[in-house]
Amino acid sequence: MIAESGHYALVLAFGLALIQSTVPILGARWRDVALMNVARSTAVAQLLFVAASFAALVTLHVSSDFSVVNVVENSHSMKPLIYKITGVWGNHEGSMLLWVSILALFGGLVAMFGNNLPISLRAHVLAVQAWIASAFYLFILMTSNPFLRIANPPMEGQDLNPVLQDIGLAVHPPMLYLGYVGFSISFSFAIAALIEGRIDAAWARWVRPWTLVAWIFLTLGIAMGSYWAYYELGWGGWWFWDPVENASLMPWLAGTALLHSLVVMEKRNALKVWTILLSILAFSLSLLGTFLVRSGVLTSVHAFANDPRRGIFILLILCLFIGGSLSLYAFRASSLKQGGLFAPISREGALVLNNLLLTTACATVFIGTLYPLALEVMTGEKISVGAPFFNLTFGPLFVPLLIALPFGPMLAWKRGDLLGAAQRLMAAGVAALIALALVWAWTFGGSTLAPLAIGLAVFVIVGALIDIAERIGLFRLPLGVAAGRARGLPRSAWGTMFAHAGVGIALIGIVCETSWNSENIRTMRAGDVTSIAGYSLKLESLTPRQGPNYSEMAAKFDVLVDGRLIATMTPSKRNFTTRGATTTEAALLSRGASQLYISLGDIGTDGSVAVRIYHKPLVLLIWFGPVLMAFGGVLSLSDRRLRVGAPKPAKSYRGLQAAE
Amino acid sequence: MTLWFVFALMTAAAIFAVLWPLGRGSRVQADGSETAVYRDQLNEIDRDASAGLINPPEAVAARVEISRRLLAAADNQREPPSGANLRLRRIAALVALVALPVVAVGLYGVLGSPGLPDFPLAQRSRTPDGTQSLDSLIAQVEQHLEKNPTDGRGWSVIAPVYARLGRLDDAIRAFRNSITYNGESADRRADLGEALVAAASGVVTAEAKTEFERAIALNADEVKANYFLGLAAEQDGRSAEAASIWRAMLDKAPPDAPWRPLVQAALVRVGGPPVPGPSKEAVAAAKDMSETDRSAMIHTMVERLATRLKQNGDDVEGWLRLVRAYMVLGDADKAKAASSDARQAVAKDPERLQQLNEGLKHLGLDG
Repeated sequence: MIAESGHYALVLAFGLALIQSTVPILGARWRDVALMNVARSTAVAQLLFVAASFAALVTLHVSSDFSVVNVVENSHSMKPLIYKITGVWGNHEGSMLLWVSILALFGGLVAMFGNNLPISLRAHVLAVQAWIASAFYLFILMTSNPFLRIANPPMEGQDLNPVLQDIGLAVHPPMLYLGYVGFSISFSFAIAALIEGRIDAAWARWVRPWTLVAWIFLTLGIAMGSYWAYYELGWGGWWFWDPVENASLMPWLAGTALLHSLVVMEKRNALKVWTILLSILAFSLSLLGTFLVRSGVLTSVHAFANDPRRGIFILLILCLFIGGSLSLYAFRASSLKQGGLFAPISREGALVLNNLLLTTACATVFIGTLYPLALEVMTGEKISVGAPFFNLTFGPLFVPLLIALPFGPMLAWKRGDLLGAAQRLMAAGVAALIALALVWAWTFGGSTLAPLAIGLAVFVIVGALIDIAERIGLFRLPLGVAAGRARGLPRSAWGTMFAHAGVGIALIGIVCETSWNSENIRTMRAGDVTSIAGYSLKLESLTPRQGPNYSEMAAKFDVLVDGRLIATMTPSKRNFTTRGATTTEAALLSRGASQLYISLGDIGTDGSVAVRIYHKPLVLLIWFGPVLMAFGGVLSLSDRRLRVGAPKPAKSYRGLQAAE
Repeated sequence: MTLWFVFALMTAAAIFAVLWPLGRGSRVQADGSETAVYRDQLNEIDRDASAGLINPPEAVAARVEISRRLLAAADNQREPPSGANLRLRRIAALVALVALPVVAVGLYGVLGSPGLPDFPLAQRSRTPDGTQSLDSLIAQVEQHLEKNPTDGRGWSVIAPVYARLGRLDDAIRAFRNSITYNGESADRRADLGEALVAAASGVVTAEAKTEFERAIALNADEVKANYFLGLAAEQDGRSAEAASIWRAMLDKAPPDAPWRPLVQAALVRVGGPPVPGPSKEAVAAAKDMSETDRSAMIHTMVERLATRLKQNGDDVEGWLRLVRAYMVLGDADKAKAASSDARQAVAKDPERLQQLNEGLKHLGLDG
């Protein structure tokens, strides 16, 4: 009964989405409040039904009901409870159900908390949400139904792909989907604005929190996914420019640009048409991300769906939404009124530069990801565009972005004072030079680019701190006054500081990891000792162990510094009998922000084992940076106050700066 | 029937979600607008200015700009809702009442399987008749272990049961778990090895051999491990090594060890004689003989053994060898006769009788 009720709830949600996608639009056309309000109640009801459906699928997985095809194919009665639950979205059907659940969640939130929206705008937004939802419900019901049954259920399931049996899977896909799907709200707002033909600063104020939420989750989701790949795949790498990773990076870049252009629009009523375009692009790229992972065009660890029929269906959805929204944009954008003017050197100008660089970076990733696919489809020729392409294109775009980054918040709205900003950033420049010199001296003879990059990162971090120090008048005003101003400072200013500093911190991690990473690959037997970066590692023993649904060979390493035992590490190789697959469980030892990483290779019959040992200096900063960025986003989100950029008077006025 | 009742309730809830706002009429509710946002922004400027975060000239400029936006927004107010469009509302209500159930039930009818009940695994494991059969006992232990997967005692209890039932993969897993949670011991390792051998239909695989070697490392006298290591040697074609392992076992073993006959039988198989067997010359001669001659020679040897045992019936090993020989020669009747003779011969000595019965059991001649 649970299985069938869940199935029926999903069908009902589809029916409600169909009503939600039509009735409110008609209501808005004839200005009937009751009809427009249908959007709210159906959105909430839709959320309840999808949630029930999702809960039903979780229950089926937990109770190992092998009369459901989805459970048979992806579960096993011996699997630990946590993986029974996470296994729900560790497969194509379940993850699509999670996708629509999150879509319904966002729709429900807009319906419940969108009281500050004009009623017709809300009706339009929810109707557009329902268009997306209807398409996805139909897709799920027709091609990827998680509730299909078997009359004669087997006694045991086929288990979940062992690589996915990891706590990372519990967190990574939901986070990523919250990000992807969150951009559907800004998309719906953009389409609603195009349909209504009116857009102004208030619109940006309404969209911004939703975009911020999506951006926070996407940032965390990407960081989480990268860390998961780092420790689970056992290669020691954290970013592979894999098409699936790029698929999540593209909406992030577009979304970051969107966040910044929304600020301009909210404060200065400018860049309206551009912001609409970015909203459409961010969600289109999210859809593309879903498509790239799900359609089976790509084979990678992520691509657990392999069915061309699905691919064609998603392709149709893509064409409909991306093509449709861009056509609507081309048709209606010219009718939108242009807003405020500004000089090239100004906060607005800086944000436009940020937007240009981010979208160009996004475009290079787009080309690098899709060109090989397109070429393969057209000519059958297989080429691979790897890290060198991205390092050569992505890098040069990010360098000017990072150099300009500290200047942005220092410039005033409308007309900025570049020289003044440069003077105030002098301290950051000095700090950067000192860092550069120190690093260069310390690693003399090594990479020349690395110290430069570290200097740049320090410049970004110190620049972000100086911005806050300037605003609260630290060192200029008495400490008590400064503290008072710090408290009065809008939280979004603090958010800006954390997010920008996070970028610099992540950069330090990336540079250190790639430049001074040391590795030691060898075959070892019990009792052998090897050393890396000042640590000696002794392979103590190699013992077989039995887990709940796997057996593993675990190697125990003693880690010694100067002959003193500081820790033991136990990497292992797991063998999952049901799927006949093996996974590598790397062992990680964090020392400060650096990590020691051991993963096992082939185990010989004579008791020898291939071992890969890495020392990764400051590697944790790579993920700490994004976490800091997300924290900045949360701070900014908690800032409920509405602020407007105060244009700086023509006469240069040193010292006090605009609040924003 | 309950299922359709639940469906009916769900459908009713969905219809209600559509009808509810339609029924509430055109009362205008709290409605956000652009002007509200700009008023908030003006208040914000005042607050920032009084907190000293922006200075007066900037505040004035910002106020002017926002006021301009406020005026524009007020000029360009959204048209207020014009009230009820009753015809459209009726159509919407009709859609909710008719089309929604039709679409939902129609689509579900095509895709769903309303006839199938749930099959959660926990319910399926229970035996339907409810008697405490072996299956249900196993199911109980399994349930217990599902909740307490680290209970080593449970694993060690269920492992041999699995092995007996021929559920060898489960047995292997259970033995491994028993080792993980109870700790290593020679007999656990040997049991695991035995299950591995059984799963490989009698072949001592490299994996199994490793387990036996571990067992030996923990306790050099572990009987099962020694026996199977001998078997491994035999299967590898190293008969001499097998024989020496088994002979060493017999030397150390107490005379009443129940496994003696088994090892002796194995020893005979590889041709190592703890009791007098055909001399090397005889074997070498047998190799050169024709088929008939060879079988004649074997028959004479068997007859000789039989006569010897008739005179001195205390030799249990001899009896077993005889029974085995008859079986190899395909003479089941004589084998049975010999075994009953043997029982009579050792009937007075219970120790020997037990030894004999064990041996016969291993030969497949269960009393």
